[in-house]
Amino acid sequence: MSAVTSPDLLTSRRGWWHRTREGLFRVVVTGSVIIGLVVLITLILQSLVKGWPRLTLDFITSFPSSFPDRAGIQSAIFGTLWLVAIVFVTAIPIGVGAAIYLEEFADTNTWYNRLIDVVIQNLAAVPSIVYGILGLGFLSRGFLHLGPVVLTAGLTLSLLVLPVVIIASREAIRAVPSSILDGALALGATPWQGVSRQVLPAAIPGIATGSILAVSRAIGEAAPLLLLGALQFITFNPTGLGSSFTALPIQIFNWISRPQEGFHVAAAAAIIVLLGITLLMNAVAIWLRKRFQQQW
Amino acid sequence: MGLEAGRGRYREKIIVGVLFLCAALSVVVTAGIVVALLMPSIQFFTAVSPVEFFTGRVWSPLFKNAQFGVLPLLSGTLTITLIAAVVCLPLGLFAAIYLSEYAAQRTRALVKPILEILAGVPTVVYGFFALTFVTPLLQRHWPFGNPPQVFNALSAGLVMGIMILPTVASVSEDAMFAVPQSLRAGAAALGATRFEVSTRVVVPAALSGIIAAFVLGISRAIGETMIVLIAAGGTPNLTLNPTKAMQTMTAFIGAAGLGDQATGSIGYKTIFAVGITLFAMTLVMNIISIRLVRRYREVYD
Repeated sequence: MSAVTSPDLLTSRRGWWHRTREGLFRVVVTGSVIIGLVVLITLILQSLVKGWPRLTLDFITSFPSSFPDRAGIQSAIFGTLWLVAIVFVTAIPIGVGAAIYLEEFADTNTWYNRLIDVVIQNLAAVPSIVYGILGLGFLSRGFLHLGPVVLTAGLTLSLLVLPVVIIASREAIRAVPSSILDGALALGATPWQGVSRQVLPAAIPGIATGSILAVSRAIGEAAPLLLLGALQFITFNPTGLGSSFTALPIQIFNWISRPQEGFHVAAAAAIIVLLGITLLMNAVAIWLRKRFQQQW
Repeated sequence: MGLEAGRGRYREKIIVGVLFLCAALSVVVTAGIVVALLMPSIQFFTAVSPVEFFTGRVWSPLFKNAQFGVLPLLSGTLTITLIAAVVCLPLGLFAAIYLSEYAAQRTRALVKPILEILAGVPTVVYGFFALTFVTPLLQRHWPFGNPPQVFNALSAGLVMGIMILPTVASVSEDAMFAVPQSLRAGAAALGATRFEVSTRVVVPAALSGIIAAFVLGISRAIGETMIVLIAAGGTPNLTLNPTKAMQTMTAFIGAAGLGDQATGSIGYKTIFAVGITLFAMTLVMNIISIRLVRRYREVYD
């Protein structure tokens, strides 16, 4: 016992090496964060420096062209807007509905509800290109046979972001204390009235955060679209769900894969637009979550 | 009154039914993925023997003299994933320790949202960065022998490591945050320094969550398409030399998909055969990761 508290041992434990080790470790952990942030910011600045002079109103309103300095992104922007609209009207209502069911109505002891739970967690981590294969095998060809059109791509992206919407909405609904629902039920509300008029409004900020993150992910996703015919020379905007299309990330990929430097500059300019949209959406989503985080 | 109540309950049942269908869609999607992958894959494996597929050393399914050895794609995937892991595991772990144990409240409140926002950078942007910034940088300052080719595994792997860094750091930090404050206080009361608390108390206590973050990050690296398609090239190459061009499983699927294969052709079916291999690999990793996360939640919640 006396050995442990002996002053000699204490000073030796707090000796030169220990102090250096403390300092070194602090430098290593702080340095790791700084390295990560610096690389991520370099990545953004590189596109900004390269693409900024090219980013004119002309660039945004022009259609793709085989001449690098005439090429623009109008059809890509419209294609992306169509995809966002499809994701918005399909993935978000279905995802929120699924979350409401799983949190408020599902009996977690039944095998099918537990199966749904496990399946959603796994779906969230399936590689995006596998969703492309699903879209190719079931929606584009085979089964539904829609062809390589904007509806196929929109539905594929919907399925891709569905787990994101469900998981975020479930967390938001779970954070609303059960006393709120109990109070509504005690006053004579039916379960659905209680959920739809008390629980859901309280969970809206969390659901909005998840939905914005999901749509932002759909906007940036390119891999599944490769399999769904998005990479074409499209010089028109989609006119309907059955129209051929291109999308912003795919147009960027197209330009990156060409050897001419002029197309790389165009890609950088389009990247500024894409990053502007996705990072802004993410920032809004995270701000929303912080702003409306309620302590019950 | 009675009638109204009856109608109300009927309506409730319909609504709950619709909500259940929304939830059940996930199961349909999963079944859809499995069936969509399985059917053409079975046809593929009746035409090409699985032995040839998993042991063959040449991958040229779209050429006249088609050969179906998936090993070059596997080695490409594993090499690039390994490089990404070497970059992101230490950086991610240390960044998480910084955020959880060292950062002041205000720094943490600033850095964590920035990491979360950066996690949303589209992967095509990372690909562009790898091809037009990292590769030229490596070529200019290459210290040993032959500099990397224009398309190479190294820059794709390095950039992929940076891509998964926010995920790994954020999930590990969540696990460390879940370690009860009393453990830290107890260690500190026994005279442990901050370094000792971090490495001998917090990291071991959060280990299952940290490993889950690593597994999740690596599974994302294996499944990532755009970076490798843009920066690593389209040549299946059975080599471990990271300065050479390589093709991964995902990059092959992407490239073959671009080629607009005729339905039912062998080229079309290879997409599904490679896809099911990829799906199986990531599924196993995800299941491991989910199990591990559940374990640390059970211990401390």
